[in-house]
Amino acid sequence: MTSLPANPSPVKLGLVIDLDICVGCHACAVSCKEWNSGGHMAPLTDLDPYGPNPLGVWFNRVHSFEAGDGLDGRTVHFPRSCLHCETPACVEVCPTGASYKRAEDGIVLIDEALCIGCKLCSWACPYGAREYDDDVGVMKKCTLCIDRIYNENIAEAERVPACVSTCPVGARHFGDLGDPGSAISRLVEARDGYDLMPEQGCRPVNKYLPPRPRKREAGCTGAVPLPTEPAAATGFLGWVDRMLSR
Amino acid sequence: MRLNPPRPPAERLDTSPTVSDEVKTTTCYMCACRCGIKVHLKDGKVRYIEGNRDHPVNRGVLCAKGSAGIMTQNSPAKLRKPLKRVGERGRGEFVEIEWDEALGIATQWLSAIRWQDPRKLAFFTGRDQSQALTGWWAKQFGTPNYAAHGGFCSVNMAAAGLYSIGGSFWEFGEPDWDHTRYFVMFGVAEDHASNPIKIGLGKLKGRLEGAGAKFLSINPVRTGYSAIADEWLAIKPGTDGLLVLALAHELLRTDKVDYAYLARYTNAGWLVIRDPGAADHGLFVRDEAGRPFIWDRHRQRQVPAFDVGAEPMLAGEYRLADGRAAVPSFQLVAERLLDRRHAPEAVSAETGIAADTIRRIAGELAHAAFEQEIRIDIPWTDWLGRRHDHVLGRPVSMHAMRGVSAHSNGFHTCRAIHVLQMLLGSIDCPGGFRYKPPYPKPAPPSPLPAGLAVEVKPGEPLGGIPLGFPHGPEHLLVDPDGSARRIDKAYSWEAPLAAHGLLHMVIANAWKGDPYPIDTLFLYMTNMAWNSAMNSGGTAEMLADKDPKTGRYRIPHVIYSDAYFSEMVAYADLVLPDTTYLERHDCISLLDRPISDGDSVADAIRQPVLQPDRDVRPFQDVLIDLGARLGLPGLVDADGAAAYPGGFAEYMVKHERRPGIGMLAGWRGADGRLEGRGAPNPGQLDLYKANGCFWRQELAPDQRYFRFANRDYLAWATAMGFLDRPEPIHLRLYVEVLQKFRLAAEGHGAVKPPQRHRQRIATYFDPLPFWYRPLEEMGIQARDYPFHAITQRPMAMYHSWGSQNAWLRQIHGDNPIFVARETAARLDIADGDWVWIVSPHGRVKAPVKTMDGVNPDTVWTWNAIGRRGGSFGLAPDAPEAKRGFIINSLVAELLPPQPGGHRYSNSDPVTGQAAWFDLKVRLEKCAPEETRETAPQEPALAGLPGTAPRPSVLRYGAEFRRKRERP
Repeated sequence: MTSLPANPSPVKLGLVIDLDICVGCHACAVSCKEWNSGGHMAPLTDLDPYGPNPLGVWFNRVHSFEAGDGLDGRTVHFPRSCLHCETPACVEVCPTGASYKRAEDGIVLIDEALCIGCKLCSWACPYGAREYDDDVGVMKKCTLCIDRIYNENIAEAERVPACVSTCPVGARHFGDLGDPGSAISRLVEARDGYDLMPEQGCRPVNKYLPPRPRKREAGCTGAVPLPTEPAAATGFLGWVDRMLSR
Repeated sequence: MRLNPPRPPAERLDTSPTVSDEVKTTTCYMCACRCGIKVHLKDGKVRYIEGNRDHPVNRGVLCAKGSAGIMTQNSPAKLRKPLKRVGERGRGEFVEIEWDEALGIATQWLSAIRWQDPRKLAFFTGRDQSQALTGWWAKQFGTPNYAAHGGFCSVNMAAAGLYSIGGSFWEFGEPDWDHTRYFVMFGVAEDHASNPIKIGLGKLKGRLEGAGAKFLSINPVRTGYSAIADEWLAIKPGTDGLLVLALAHELLRTDKVDYAYLARYTNAGWLVIRDPGAADHGLFVRDEAGRPFIWDRHRQRQVPAFDVGAEPMLAGEYRLADGRAAVPSFQLVAERLLDRRHAPEAVSAETGIAADTIRRIAGELAHAAFEQEIRIDIPWTDWLGRRHDHVLGRPVSMHAMRGVSAHSNGFHTCRAIHVLQMLLGSIDCPGGFRYKPPYPKPAPPSPLPAGLAVEVKPGEPLGGIPLGFPHGPEHLLVDPDGSARRIDKAYSWEAPLAAHGLLHMVIANAWKGDPYPIDTLFLYMTNMAWNSAMNSGGTAEMLADKDPKTGRYRIPHVIYSDAYFSEMVAYADLVLPDTTYLERHDCISLLDRPISDGDSVADAIRQPVLQPDRDVRPFQDVLIDLGARLGLPGLVDADGAAAYPGGFAEYMVKHERRPGIGMLAGWRGADGRLEGRGAPNPGQLDLYKANGCFWRQELAPDQRYFRFANRDYLAWATAMGFLDRPEPIHLRLYVEVLQKFRLAAEGHGAVKPPQRHRQRIATYFDPLPFWYRPLEEMGIQARDYPFHAITQRPMAMYHSWGSQNAWLRQIHGDNPIFVARETAARLDIADGDWVWIVSPHGRVKAPVKTMDGVNPDTVWTWNAIGRRGGSFGLAPDAPEAKRGFIINSLVAELLPPQPGGHRYSNSDPVTGQAAWFDLKVRLEKCAPEETRETAPQEPALAGLPGTAPRPSVLRYGAEFRRKRERP
């Protein structure tokens, strides 16, 4: 089985996803597919693309579901991709060393040349973040856009994962979660960012920001209730009187 | 036991690959939003499309549709060559022909009718972003029978806005996302201003506590944007207007109204004649020049409304010099709003919103507007020359679209929203709703519709533009007997303010020959045989129907242009294949719908970033070519030669609508230094291309607010050619134009409705907003059809175009009918069951999905996911065909017969807007043996000639990697 880096650097690159503002538009998922279709793990094969059972490789998927009841009920849009765990089960189970975690930035990658398509990693990953490409018989996954974030051929401002660059609401953030002073770490701190399923023990690097409290009840905006004297005392004629005596 | 890997990871990893050979900018067309994109090209193929960071619409972001453009370009449904029908209509049997033959056929058909009766051409386009060309072309041809798809989509919003405030939601205005403290969204807006709204919501929700804003969503369904709202009101469809009137009632009852704003900027103080029965009852008191009057508080007499020192009374009844009575229009507004039927308790049952909630929200609106007002120290000058040292913002903003628009009470509902905005003083101020130049325009704008008998002459251009804004009954397009002049009956007594036409009635009327038969139906990118029609099944039958006496089709000729094999293609006699949006020039013109924002004016172009690999031509080029072949004025020069041999690209640069005013406002004048107005500049397109394919001019800070009354803005807008005169635009709480129609219905004036239309005109042409139950609902028994049925637009799909997209169809490939969990339990329906959805007009079968976030009296589904098998390059057994459905076939295009048998269209009675959200249905659980596939099932379409077989595997991008790794 595959070891983790013996001397990892403190750098932990990852994503922070804001569930307070994700509207479930799938922009991140499609932009990811588009960039990566021609990128490091290209292609992201689509089987039966125009037929009855279209099935493609996606590194990032958005799930929409409902949670809670009554007034506490909400519709949740939940983007899901590799969390680049500190102790990634997918790497630990890999029999060939194909799955590995980079020492320098913590990104979890797959070396396709070594992958035998045994799918152990996808069984091990509690997040379901691995995508098997049936066409070529190897496992594929989010690379954190490793061919963008260091890419000297693109403008510096654009050296972020495609999903972050494209997100219309600005719900996705990229940075070094190993540096407590980084903007992204401070965001996690300020917004009580959390680990997805910490009980699985994988110590994910990516964090999710929970929805903020909703401004729903009376007074949440600071408003005071309008006076409620019975309409008969005011009504239209009352209004006319008020206006004429102004 | 832990083993070391067989060898240490030593993957060859190129972290700096070359992305592309070339990057070209253009404008997206995967939906209506018009974002700027950068298209990365590698080996002549699209490697990657990303948002353009400099672009005013999307600021670098891009939605799922935009990023999936790469798969639309790669679609197997792209048409390849002109087609001529050989089988019966609807079967999709064609032969390929050359362009010369295709254009020859079209020229022959069109030339004959142009010299006979140009009205025999009905030219209707769909989600057309080149209406500045297509509308002009129709005029040059001489037919009034032209419109795009606005009558199906948004004319209620456009008309209510333009007649009230000289602007409208989405296209002509936007919330001030940076300053607003309270944002209210009515209904779905998921593809209208798609990225700007998402960017705005992200900004608004991301504000720091203390400066935070509340987002209130009013929508029967809690999807999309509603999911992140602070508060979601599960309103009953079609009752938004009633809720808004109740909110306004509460504000006025408690005097939480910006009276100063109303007096200064609206017609609140204008005196209305009160003389029931008189020909001018309900009109404004005016002098000979048409100027209105107010009653001055200080002098206590009637003075011109535009008197610098005057202050209008907003209440009271006053005696005019002729002895008659008059009241300020606001008194009528107050009387309407304060009526008991608009009290929160009175509207609660109908809307499904508790009275306490309505009162609380009214309080929150008042608090945001008046306790959180914003002062920005920008000195500005109003139109009367008064200098102000700051602008005052009432930071409440609103947005409304489909949920309001597609109801038969949508015009008045949208009017009510604008009245609410005016009461709060939140139009064109910091934190409120802000216009996008060239708006505001006079309310209503000046152009009148053309199409009267004197304006239609064989072989000559139409006497004006086909679409405009009637200012009174005298501007209707009706014959002396009151019958409609247009094939869709727009601007007739049946749809007087139909500013976008009635696309949804063209085929039904043409089939029936009502008001007259036509010869050629010429459609562009509108899927009328499927999801762009009401009564979609019936519409398809009408297209294919023959007169048994003659054996000829009732609609003799159908020409269709589309880029893709949509359901409509199968019903055409002649198919003119368009290019994709990445293969052509286009123009997002200020003469059509702007891409401006609150702070700037902007327009844009598309440029071809790829050469077509098929024998297709840009529709706009084809239209210009066809115009030249027909010898249309303006499209040929004095010698009869084509005026624009360079096609649309040349037209965009050279054509002038008025001297100095052309399709594009940027870089005009011989040297490209002029903006707005200036001589054509042969180098203009190069300058656009060098600037990311858009032009944007920022307004000076003192021109950015209260633009309807801002002297410097009005002067600038006039210089730019947006306004005819630098005159103020008074916001219309009270719409006098509507009262003129009502007076006509009461028998006044030269142009009066025929008797059978009078009651209807008198009822719905109320100068003040009011609420009525949607028309279709009024005609049926609620117990037979207890549920409202509506659609929501998924953010990742735009109409039918998404189904051919290998990626987007994996996100939305089929659609269930969503039912509230409690409702489903009551009906003994569970997830996975199938139901018949039954309307008075038809039956559709679909699988059920239950959910909590939906009004219990409402069922809904995703819009336009269901497809006819074989269309759009899909397999006959694709999920879109077998587990997808559309509810269009449940919606009748006509209302039930009136006494006497006449049937009005199923539309808003003011604007003719298709009322497809009025639908009511019941659910009938299917028998177990019925649960195999959705119904109805149309026979699958066969592939078109020359179509390559569908690939079984798509490895798009593999070649980029191969080349990269083994160059």
